[in-house]
Amino acid sequence: MQRRTLDIWVGLFVVLGFLALLFLALQAGNLGAISFEKTYRVTARFDNIGGLKPRAPVKSAGVVVGRVEDITLDGQTFQALVTLKLQRSFLFPKDTSAKILTAGLLGEQYIGLEPGGDSVNLASGERIRMTQSAIVLENLIGQILFSKVAEGDGGADK
Amino acid sequence: MIGNLLARLGGSIRTFLSDLGFAARTFFMLLRASGGVLGRLRLVSDQVFFIGNHSLVIIAVSGLFVGFVLGLQGYYTLSTYGSEQALGLMVALSLTRELGPVITALLFAGRAGTSLTAEIGLMKAGEQLVAMELMGVDPVARVLAPRFWAGVIAMPLLAGIFSAVGVLGGYFVGVHLIGVDAGTFWSQMQDGVDVWNDIGNGFIKSVVFGIAVTFIALYQGYQARATPEGVARATTRTVVIGSLTVLGLDFLLTALMFSK
Repeated sequence: MQRRTLDIWVGLFVVLGFLALLFLALQAGNLGAISFEKTYRVTARFDNIGGLKPRAPVKSAGVVVGRVEDITLDGQTFQALVTLKLQRSFLFPKDTSAKILTAGLLGEQYIGLEPGGDSVNLASGERIRMTQSAIVLENLIGQILFSKVAEGDGGADK
Repeated sequence: MIGNLLARLGGSIRTFLSDLGFAARTFFMLLRASGGVLGRLRLVSDQVFFIGNHSLVIIAVSGLFVGFVLGLQGYYTLSTYGSEQALGLMVALSLTRELGPVITALLFAGRAGTSLTAEIGLMKAGEQLVAMELMGVDPVARVLAPRFWAGVIAMPLLAGIFSAVGVLGGYFVGVHLIGVDAGTFWSQMQDGVDVWNDIGNGFIKSVVFGIAVTFIALYQGYQARATPEGVARATTRTVVIGSLTVLGLDFLLTALMFSK
């Protein structure tokens, strides 16, 4: 009997430990979000990806449909080559366009997909042709300043 | 004068190196003797009860309070930047990556390590280990190996319990006392904490610390001078060397795992 109570306590301890790890993985971590759904990969080239990072969400109409898997620089064209991993259950037309957007003014960056009207869908390994780069705030401010200065000069000439 | 100093320096380095060599040899003896443990899981489970179950209360209570404090302090810092909603992420990341494994290992050295050292030191002082050898029983296989594996099993489980209870503590303070929204608390946490990178690496850390602390405790007990004073010194050394080793290893592991 003594033996048995001891074993029960040890068993309880081990079960508690594993429950704690499971709790961390499911509730604190993203194990629940890792779907074992089948995925397919498409690529896209961007002139500038801004602050986009691997594992950033890919959204269409605001719904997460995949994740950014890999980002590299193409040595020939000097464009960023982004690999997207999309869920099999979401198929997009061939002329879908990809934009790099920002959640809020200073939030994290994600890729937004806007479906086109083609009847043929994007297949695994294909490339999204139409892309729009990230808006870099510094460039935007530079352009505004430049246009203001140009306006000012125009006024002085009159 | 200078010659004396040099001699003393050389002597202490020589002692340190020979101690290190001896510890490494004992470690390999322990690993070699571990095969027999598989046939005697009873011995291991007895020790898991002794090391793990008895440390449960101190680990859970410490985890809860560390979680409380992280919630309060994290809120104070984050609210300066207007990002209180990241509180859950901050609490969970600091617990799973650093505080869980490290504080558990420090408490483990104090709670379980000392008792292992004292137990084995007293067995040695009472000449029980010698008696075993005379009977043809290898004390490394019969006494050290089950305790070693029990420590290696118990430590990651305790660290997991520490982190989980700490996250709940942070949740309680953040959501119920301060009033951070519960939904953003959890969703920010789930967005930012990666299962393999953060929780997995924290788990690996706790396994490494378990090996280090348990081995240091056993080695100190095994090498203790067989007197009451010798056992007292060995117990102190377990805590000092164990804690320093944990902190040093933590720096090394963090640099290897998270310095991308």
